[in-house]
Amino acid sequence: MLDIRNLHVSIEGSEILRGIDLRLDPGQVHAIMGPNGSGKSTLAQVLAGREGYDVTDGQVLFQGEDLLAMAPEVRARKGLFLAFQYPVEIPGVSNTYFLKAALNAIRKHRGQPELDAMDFLTLVRQKTRLVQLDEELLKRPVNEGFSGGEKKRNEIFQLAVLEPKLAVLDETDSGLDIDALRTVADGVNQLRAPDRSFLVITHYQRLLQYIVPDVVHVLVDGRIARSGGRELALELEERGYNWVEPQSAPSAAPARA
Amino acid sequence: MATADGNSARPALARAFLADLESVGCEGTPGEPAALAALRRTALDHFAARGLPAPTEEAWRFTSVAPITAHAYARPQPGAATVGPERLARWTVPGAHVLVLIDGRPAPELSTLGGMPDGVRIMGLAEAWSRHPGAVMAYLGRHAATEHNAFAALNTAFLTDGAFVLIPRGVALDAPVQVLALATGGGDGAAAGPALPVAYPRTLVVLEEGAQATVVETFAPADGGAYLTCAVTEVIAENNATLDHYRLQQEAPAAFHMATFQLWQGRDSSVRSHNIALGAALARSEVNALLGGEGVSCTLNGLYLAGGRQHVDTQMRVEHAMPHGTSHELYKGILDGRARAVFNGRIFVHKAAQRTDAKQSNRNLLLSREALVNSNPQLEIFADDVRCTHGSTVGQLDAEAVFYLRSRGIAEDAARSLLVYAFAGDLLAGIRVAPVREALEEALIERLPRGEVVRQLA
Repeated sequence: MLDIRNLHVSIEGSEILRGIDLRLDPGQVHAIMGPNGSGKSTLAQVLAGREGYDVTDGQVLFQGEDLLAMAPEVRARKGLFLAFQYPVEIPGVSNTYFLKAALNAIRKHRGQPELDAMDFLTLVRQKTRLVQLDEELLKRPVNEGFSGGEKKRNEIFQLAVLEPKLAVLDETDSGLDIDALRTVADGVNQLRAPDRSFLVITHYQRLLQYIVPDVVHVLVDGRIARSGGRELALELEERGYNWVEPQSAPSAAPARA
Repeated sequence: MATADGNSARPALARAFLADLESVGCEGTPGEPAALAALRRTALDHFAARGLPAPTEEAWRFTSVAPITAHAYARPQPGAATVGPERLARWTVPGAHVLVLIDGRPAPELSTLGGMPDGVRIMGLAEAWSRHPGAVMAYLGRHAATEHNAFAALNTAFLTDGAFVLIPRGVALDAPVQVLALATGGGDGAAAGPALPVAYPRTLVVLEEGAQATVVETFAPADGGAYLTCAVTEVIAENNATLDHYRLQQEAPAAFHMATFQLWQGRDSSVRSHNIALGAALARSEVNALLGGEGVSCTLNGLYLAGGRQHVDTQMRVEHAMPHGTSHELYKGILDGRARAVFNGRIFVHKAAQRTDAKQSNRNLLLSREALVNSNPQLEIFADDVRCTHGSTVGQLDAEAVFYLRSRGIAEDAARSLLVYAFAGDLLAGIRVAPVREALEEALIERLPRGEVVRQLA
């Protein structure tokens, strides 16, 4: 699904990611944990194709194709989805319209016909239930005036509608109370599928009690310092990130869970 | 070509118009109200004394009239343009009472008037002042000052006809009134050619006490080419009157459009005006509102769209003379290419105008590095119990928003177009005449790459 090889990324000359290797197979859920400034969000942004990041070395294969050569919208159409850490407010563009435009762009790429208004509404109604998103919010401009929790639920709702192959969740749990966290996690869990993979980036172990990962990676200083099973997350929670020292050699690709 | 670099040059600039001015009968013609001759004479004196504006004048710092004064001007003969009904269709508002002006003169054969309530008058201005001299002369030229406004002075000096709209006391006119001012074009706008056509459309709209109406003014080319439209519109909303007003400037790309919109409002009257500027190489509109009664509500919104080398200038002055007045102004601009926009807004609150609620905002979206805006909203407040705010913004498309849309599969050009459209969206949504709103939405979409994606938004 996703194969990151020796990925080096700089922002304005300063190296943030210093040789990431990570292999994510279909159906797997990997978690990336790490302290602030370790490069977690940079990895998410680079995967989604944001401008302003220089890939100085390495490559990323997505379903066997060179991901980094694709425009952000092409990545999305081929099945990559990023749930934003800070979802963007877009005044003047209604959620419903935005989502319909996105879904139809993706369906067109897949060779599927555009959904008509009725089918779209049926789909939307079904998916809002998944994350308990108030349908009224969809009439409003994208994320405008949404609470923090509503914004995050809207991200997972979009995920549910767009049905990607690979979903990258960038600190989706940050700022959520336990109830909202459960709702979001339940939504994600229902979307787990044999042909769908998740890369869950988080600062807190808490999320991983609800979304149980196959593999946990600890990112420190732009490198994967350690990889292991879900028990690694618990250990981190107890002992803190200082306990993990960056490994000198590029980390080995984790074993399949 | 003369340059406008000092007072001594002004009479030379004015010469571009003066040859034609000599043909104006300032002494008046038989059958018209005697006061007209004096009105023209005063305006001519004002123009002759000041000439055209120099760049040293504060209000003209960022707009040069040099492109206009590179030409001489002459008013086209009546019938110079042959405008068939098929040409009108593009501009007319379906279901409206349409009064067509060709080069400022009424064209009854092209107009659609009829089925109006008793006392409603929609007719040529000259016809109105000969048939209803009292009703016209009570208002004509009363508010559109010519002393410090060279183009309003020119328009008034050439005042021989125009459009007149009167909604009598207590009458609500359901169908919109449209004054469609079409101008004859000539040449391609290159300097030193023959004299360019000039039109001086003059419109007087009077809503008597408690009257209600929707008025659409459209400025558009009869054929194309280069020309100058020098327009003045005076609107009087008497006590408790309600007006929904639209000004649609859709002149030809090579045209010049210099206009004054002068609004006077009486007690408890409510006016919403939308000023939309899409066309012309060089366009300037002076929007002046005088809130002359207590409890007035005044909304003055605007949208300007400019690309290429278009230059669009808005000068606004809102004067609160009486207490409990509300004025809200929102002007938005979208600029591409090497376009330039100027916005000078001023809210002036007199000492007597306590409890004034005034809000002025100018927001600009620049789509290219070469586009430029000079925005300057100002407040002058002499009352002590008021709520006044003003502000302006100039920015590019939000890169975060573009990326967000792209990350969901929407192509970059479509994402950008969507955001541009959304920027204008709230202003367009405020347009209550559906065919006007839809036509403007379409005009905006036509200018956007991948417009078909945006079209589904509406």
